[in-house]
Amino acid sequence: MADLHHMTVAELSAGLKKKDFSAAEVATRFLARMGGNPHHAFLDIHSEVTLAQALASDEKIANGTAGPLEGVPIAHKDIFVTKDFVTTAGSKMLKDYRSPFDATVVTKLREAGMVNLGKLNCDEFAMGSANENSAYGAVTNPWDTTRIPGGSSGGSAAAVAARLTPAATGTDTGGSIRQPAAFCGITGIKPTYGRASRYGMVAFASSLDQAGPMARSAEDCAMLLSAMCGPDLDRDSTSLIVANEDFSRLLAVPAGDKPLATAGKEGGALKIGVPREWLGSGSQIAFESNAPARRSEGTDKEIQRRMEETLTLYQSLGADIVHVSLPQAHLCIPVYYIVCAAEASSNLSRFDGVKFGHRAKNFTDLADMYEKTRSEGFGDEVKRRIMIGSYVLSHGYYDAYYLQAQKIRRMIADDFQTAFAQCDVIAGPVAPTTAWQLGDKAADPLANYLADIFTLPASLAGLPCMSIPVGLDDIGMPVGMQLIGNYLQEASLLNVAHRFQQVTAFHHAKPEGV
Amino acid sequence: MSLTPQDIQRLAQLSRLQFEPEAADRLLGQLNGFFDIVEQMRAVDTTGVVPMAHPVDAMHGLSQAVADTNEHGITLRLREDVVSEANQREANQRSAPAVERGLFLVPKVIE
Repeated sequence: MADLHHMTVAELSAGLKKKDFSAAEVATRFLARMGGNPHHAFLDIHSEVTLAQALASDEKIANGTAGPLEGVPIAHKDIFVTKDFVTTAGSKMLKDYRSPFDATVVTKLREAGMVNLGKLNCDEFAMGSANENSAYGAVTNPWDTTRIPGGSSGGSAAAVAARLTPAATGTDTGGSIRQPAAFCGITGIKPTYGRASRYGMVAFASSLDQAGPMARSAEDCAMLLSAMCGPDLDRDSTSLIVANEDFSRLLAVPAGDKPLATAGKEGGALKIGVPREWLGSGSQIAFESNAPARRSEGTDKEIQRRMEETLTLYQSLGADIVHVSLPQAHLCIPVYYIVCAAEASSNLSRFDGVKFGHRAKNFTDLADMYEKTRSEGFGDEVKRRIMIGSYVLSHGYYDAYYLQAQKIRRMIADDFQTAFAQCDVIAGPVAPTTAWQLGDKAADPLANYLADIFTLPASLAGLPCMSIPVGLDDIGMPVGMQLIGNYLQEASLLNVAHRFQQVTAFHHAKPEGV
Repeated sequence: MSLTPQDIQRLAQLSRLQFEPEAADRLLGQLNGFFDIVEQMRAVDTTGVVPMAHPVDAMHGLSQAVADTNEHGITLRLREDVVSEANQREANQRSAPAVERGLFLVPKVIE
């Protein structure tokens, strides 16, 4: 029997059902691994809460009332509110904050039987691409501790990669599940906007925020996603009125000569669309960032090569690679950062030092209390986005910035529909580079924004999208490939990822010493 | 077009934030760097394009996914305006900075 901490969610779940080991044993093993808080991945741990949940799971397994994921541990990004653990959203504003309720996603995963290991570090209010914006300190990448794990779900990605937890929740507003998953060599999926309830997710940009699982394989992500999603109609006005699905149902589609064919449209091979705008000029399937020329560093050669190799492998599995076009995709950076800043400035107005959270000690009057409270409680990146949001929503600028961004957002979403008329899934890089050195871009917010070039378009459209590991670069850092599906096509998307993971071992690779 | 130090002061006031002079200078540079990138977006012809406020609005053919489709397109669902939660004042005020007899305390606003 493999070490418990090397087991996947699927393996742990099967072993627990067969009573090969108990939920308490599993929880104890992971709590021991979390000791000393490696990579600074966790922000709150209460072993007694975790063990009590594990014992309750063991009882359910014993009396035959086990949920589908009974006894399997998970840890939550600190953006999900929890009754039993502190919720800070990575901000000083919410230091020591205890929510009176659990987020819907947390409740659903507990109902499925999962045991909560604790709360994971993240960028403040999920704003960041490196996890360096956490008020409680940066997270390090288990593959190279001098490097960032990605963000904003950096603690989630690092904890899964370092085998501190078999699975974690993340949230993805502009790439915050996909990019850290890619940087830490794990698998993560953001479902269609509206699939997972936003109730109890500390709000950053409400029209973009979406929860999703981060784990070691597409198979695990499918199991987790099935437990996380579903309508929450009275509590989230953007929760979709669509019955929840078993997202694992297409994983077992039998493999024939063309094992991928069944995932695609009827009667043909799977068509993988590669956006022309994400292609380099030289190679047949080479990639190049379309970021604004002023700052463009282009896409790393190693990432281009891993993309080419991956697509070639898909071809050998029976998939057709077709070129598609996303003509407005290069505008995603200004569009996204205007939309998310506008929504953030509005959402974060609730932090006023009155109802919960930080309150300044010294002030002259009510207005001064608001200002001092917010100036002390928010970090620099959060303040920047609030300021941008205030500007683009202010009288005289609204039409030119916010409304214009919303119109181009529609054009980007329409471009995807045109592309999906020609293909089943879209493939591309997750980021132009692998994980960078801690501190490298910390003083340059714009450099962080530009690194989001490949993840933002699907976020703006609200499409399901994921990242799968496709190998390492020349210095041994993980490379992820992004797969984007059409609305509500998560099961097909996971099939496409799972097929690849059945014939490759990239998702089994782990950092040295783990 | 660039933001000025006066703009930063005005936006800080709108945002209920305060900045030391040095931080305000740095912020000015950073915001102007960002709005340089925004310029390419402003040049796009969007005549006749309907603004998209949320992705549910783009899920054509998925009308079962949303509550209401009318002449203005897709509108988001609102729940019935009825009391659905029990009174949890104590639990909800547990994290408040200052509470007295069940009320949130703020500095005096009327003399």
